[in-house]
Amino acid sequence: MKKLLIAMSVSASALASMAVNSADYVIDTQGAHASVNFKVKHLGYSWLTGRFNTFEGSFEWDKENPAASSVAVSIDTTSLDSNHAERDKHLRSGDFLEVSKYPTASFKSTAYKPTGEGTGELTGELSLRGVTSTITFPVEQIGEGDDPWGGYRAGFSGSTSIMLGDYGMGGPLGNIPVELELNVEGVRQ
Amino acid sequence: MFRNTSRSYGWIAIALHWLMALAVFGMFGLGLYMVELTYYDAWYHGSLATHKAIGILVALAFVARLLWRVVNPRPGGLATRALENRAAHLVHWVLYGLLAAIFVSGYLISTADGREIEVFGLFGVPATLTGEHQEDIAGEVHEILVWVTMTLVVLHALAALKHHFISRNSTLKRMFRPGL
Repeated sequence: MKKLLIAMSVSASALASMAVNSADYVIDTQGAHASVNFKVKHLGYSWLTGRFNTFEGSFEWDKENPAASSVAVSIDTTSLDSNHAERDKHLRSGDFLEVSKYPTASFKSTAYKPTGEGTGELTGELSLRGVTSTITFPVEQIGEGDDPWGGYRAGFSGSTSIMLGDYGMGGPLGNIPVELELNVEGVRQ
Repeated sequence: MFRNTSRSYGWIAIALHWLMALAVFGMFGLGLYMVELTYYDAWYHGSLATHKAIGILVALAFVARLLWRVVNPRPGGLATRALENRAAHLVHWVLYGLLAAIFVSGYLISTADGREIEVFGLFGVPATLTGEHQEDIAGEVHEILVWVTMTLVVLHALAALKHHFISRNSTLKRMFRPGL
C-alpha cells in the first residue's frame, strides 16, 4: 500500500514537472513585481524616465535548459506614465504613440542564447505603433527560488535601445534613442 | 450708461460681450496653433502656458458676466416673431453652458496630475479632481465642445447680421453702444 502511494506520488510529481516545463511562469503584474520602463535624454541634458503601468505576460524558463526559454509581453500603451499629465497626453497623441490607433505594444521572443551563468541574449519581435521589428538584447537573471508563501519565482531584467523614428514617432525627435527596460518576476504555475 | 435697461445694453455688458468674443476667437486660434507645434519649437511651452493663463482669466470674466447679467435688466429680443427671440435666448444659454464646460474640461487636462495652473506668475489655481486617463478624456471633451461652440458662434453671428441687414432692427447696433 505504502509502495503504491509512493509510486503514485512519484508519477504525480513527474506529471507536475512536465506541466511546469510548458506552462511555466506568469509575470507577477498582480503584485507589481515587474515593470516596463523607458528613459530618454531630455535635450541631451538629463534623463527623463517613465513607464507603462499596465501590461501582462508570461515566460518559460528551465535553468537546466536555458536555450528553450521564451517570453511574451503585451503592453497597454494608454497606460504610459511619465508623472506629468500634459506630457503623457502628448506622448499618447499622434505625434508619438498614437494610442487611439495602437493601444497595444508587444514583445514576443523567438530565440534565447545563453551567454554565461544567468545571462543570455534574447531575440524577438517588438511590435510598436504598427511597426514590427526583430530586436536582440542582453538579459540577466536576477534570481530564482521558493517564495515565503508557498510559490516559486524567477526574475529577469533586460534592456535595449530603440530609435523613435524607426517606429514612426517623434517627428524632429525621431533620431533620439529611447532606452527600454523590462523587469519581470514570474510565479511558476 | 453702465447698467442695462429693459431696451438696451450698458457699457459693462457690451465690454464683457466683446471681451468674450475676442477670447473665444483668440483662444480657438491659439489652441489650434499650439497643438501643431513640435517639442523643439520655441513657443511649445509658452503657447500652452499662455492658453491656460488666459483661460483662467476668461473664466473669471465669464463668472463676472453671468453675475452682471443676473443683477441687470435684460433687454428683450427685437425680432417680430416670438420664436426667433426664444431661439436667440436659447442659443445664448447654450453658449454660456458650453463655455463653462470648456473652462472646466481645459482645467481638468492640466490639473489631471495634481499640478496647479499658473496664471502669468500672478497666482495659481490648484488641482481638485485627479484621476487615471483624466487628461485624455478631458482633452477629447475640450476639443469636441470647442467645435460645437464655434459652430454656434457662427450661427449667433449670422443671426446678428440677419437682424441688421434683413430685419433692419438694432440688435447688432445695440451691442456696440448703449441707448440704442
